[in-house]
Amino acid sequence: MKEKPFMAAVSTQRDLRLDLFRGLALWLIFLDHIPSNAVSWITIRNYGFSDATEIFVFISGYTAAFVYGRAMEEHGFIVASARVLKRAWQIYVAHVFLFAIYLAEIAYVAHSFDNPLYTEEMGVRDFLASPDVTIIQALLLKFKPVNMDVLPLYIALLVGFAPVLWLLLRAPSLALIASAVLYALMWTFDWNIPAYPSGNWVFNPLAWQLLFVFGAWCALGGAQNLSRFLNSRVLVAAAAVYLAFAFGIAMTWYFPRFGALVPKFVGELIYPIDKTNLDVLRILHFLSLAVITIYFVPVDWRYLRSRVFKPAIVCGQHSLEVFCLGVFLSFAGHFVFMEVSNRLPMHVLVSVAGIAIMVGTAKLLSWYKNVERKGPRPPAAKPGYAGSDVR
Amino acid sequence: MRRLPLLLALMVLAGPAVAEQRPEHPAECRVAAHLAESSFPLPQVARAIAAKKLAVLVIGAGSSRLPGPGGAKNAYPARLQTALAEKLPGVAVTVATDVKMRRTAAQMVEAMPVDLAATKPALLVWQTGTVDAMQGVDQDQFAQALDKGINIARSAGADVVLINAQYSPRTESMIALGNYAENLRWIAVQQEVPLYDRFGIMKLWADLGTFDFYSATKKLDMAERVHDCIGRLLSDLVVQAAKPENPSPAGLR
Repeated sequence: MKEKPFMAAVSTQRDLRLDLFRGLALWLIFLDHIPSNAVSWITIRNYGFSDATEIFVFISGYTAAFVYGRAMEEHGFIVASARVLKRAWQIYVAHVFLFAIYLAEIAYVAHSFDNPLYTEEMGVRDFLASPDVTIIQALLLKFKPVNMDVLPLYIALLVGFAPVLWLLLRAPSLALIASAVLYALMWTFDWNIPAYPSGNWVFNPLAWQLLFVFGAWCALGGAQNLSRFLNSRVLVAAAAVYLAFAFGIAMTWYFPRFGALVPKFVGELIYPIDKTNLDVLRILHFLSLAVITIYFVPVDWRYLRSRVFKPAIVCGQHSLEVFCLGVFLSFAGHFVFMEVSNRLPMHVLVSVAGIAIMVGTAKLLSWYKNVERKGPRPPAAKPGYAGSDVR
Repeated sequence: MRRLPLLLALMVLAGPAVAEQRPEHPAECRVAAHLAESSFPLPQVARAIAAKKLAVLVIGAGSSRLPGPGGAKNAYPARLQTALAEKLPGVAVTVATDVKMRRTAAQMVEAMPVDLAATKPALLVWQTGTVDAMQGVDQDQFAQALDKGINIARSAGADVVLINAQYSPRTESMIALGNYAENLRWIAVQQEVPLYDRFGIMKLWADLGTFDFYSATKKLDMAERVHDCIGRLLSDLVVQAAKPENPSPAGLR
């Protein structure tokens, strides 16, 4: 294997914190996706501007650069691009699978539920009236049901990732600046991708790419360059102040009486906090959370390998499967609320059981991967790039 | 006839209580009464009440109506009219409606000038958002439609009350109300328009077990009681927001 000058940029040690926080983000996304789930009160979106999506996208960018950056250095641009696209294809298939489950759910509700109070809401059935259009639009990633917007975003980000990665490996700062320029242009000209039946993508890839590329940039040495700033107390204090400010604003959403305490100009400055286009306030909130987290959880934090965090870490290591499972489980959880009970104990039970299923499945996948790696391969199978342990 | 003294006695006992609380809503409505508060005044409504003639126009989509022959009579616009008439003795209250299924905010704005010219209301009650959420209308376009509608109503001399979506637990995982609800709330604050938080009220009823919104039925009884409560609580909000002691720029009375 040839040593290349920028080889050192891609570190070889996998940072367990990435798996831990991606696993936690997957849990939070699951909890947030169950409608009216009382347990979702614990998730971070209620206490500030950003939510688990930012964590997920950032870490996905980080790990994508980590995995495919090494592939690009070792095997070149074509091979690495092919792998990235294969990954995008896998995610696409997973998304279509989830869409099938969604269609089943909506068909069930359309069939079993009738109440004159909800004639307006039953308009969701209209999508079933013309399945030809609905399904084709879904396959084109234009029709995206509720809570099924993250995977299309991920697909779009990966499809465009190979050239970005190429640039990141050669001129990381330039790549990051280009990403920021695209973000700024998107805001200036209102660029987004159209959706069906109307409107645009809920997660605008042209906006969210900034966080993805920033994650990738961090993985390729950016984090090391930043490390002397990251340990500065001034930065940590600034992050803490910003988080406190966001917390205060978030409280006015639940206690409107506090809203009067927010000066009018502050309200006009910050609202609306745009999730579709990844508002700057959301980026800052995520960065503040990251700064605080990195400060208190260093890479060699001794508890990282403790049993307590193992369940979250193992989920983070199988993020695609666990994410899809989480979306399915949130459908199923909502179904349980409808058909069995909608009281608090059931909310807790469904939330805990869902996370337990996610952890169990992730452990099973780890076991499966181990078996496949150890076991004798069928003679026909040649060792290749496809299907290797890319995660 | 033997029961008459008893009846009289009961009436005497109950009299003060009734007088004190009149006009009173059924207990099931009342649990959510604190959510039907307005932080903004309705000066045109106050003026209309002073002139003893209050015309209201309700523009909405499917959730502002009830199916069936008695639908128009039992849906919340008609219940609002009854409740307002009870609360405002001596004031001629009329409620006109323009309610059609499957209309987005922008489509309702198109109908607005004609409706306003025809009914000349002091108050426009505007129920919107659910259809926009189902069709995934662009957030900016939704917000612009709201702004435009409010401005049209104001220039036609009407105050505006916005009504947000219903709480519908069965379809929660299929209709992404979140951003639309936030936009509606934000536009209401920015334009200083009262928002009637139908979603919050119904959610509270669901949490308290007042109504079971999960039940699948073709019967209208629960839907009628819900609309009755929605109309009554809306009348609370309107009357409270039109009270002269509310700070109003016009400085009425």
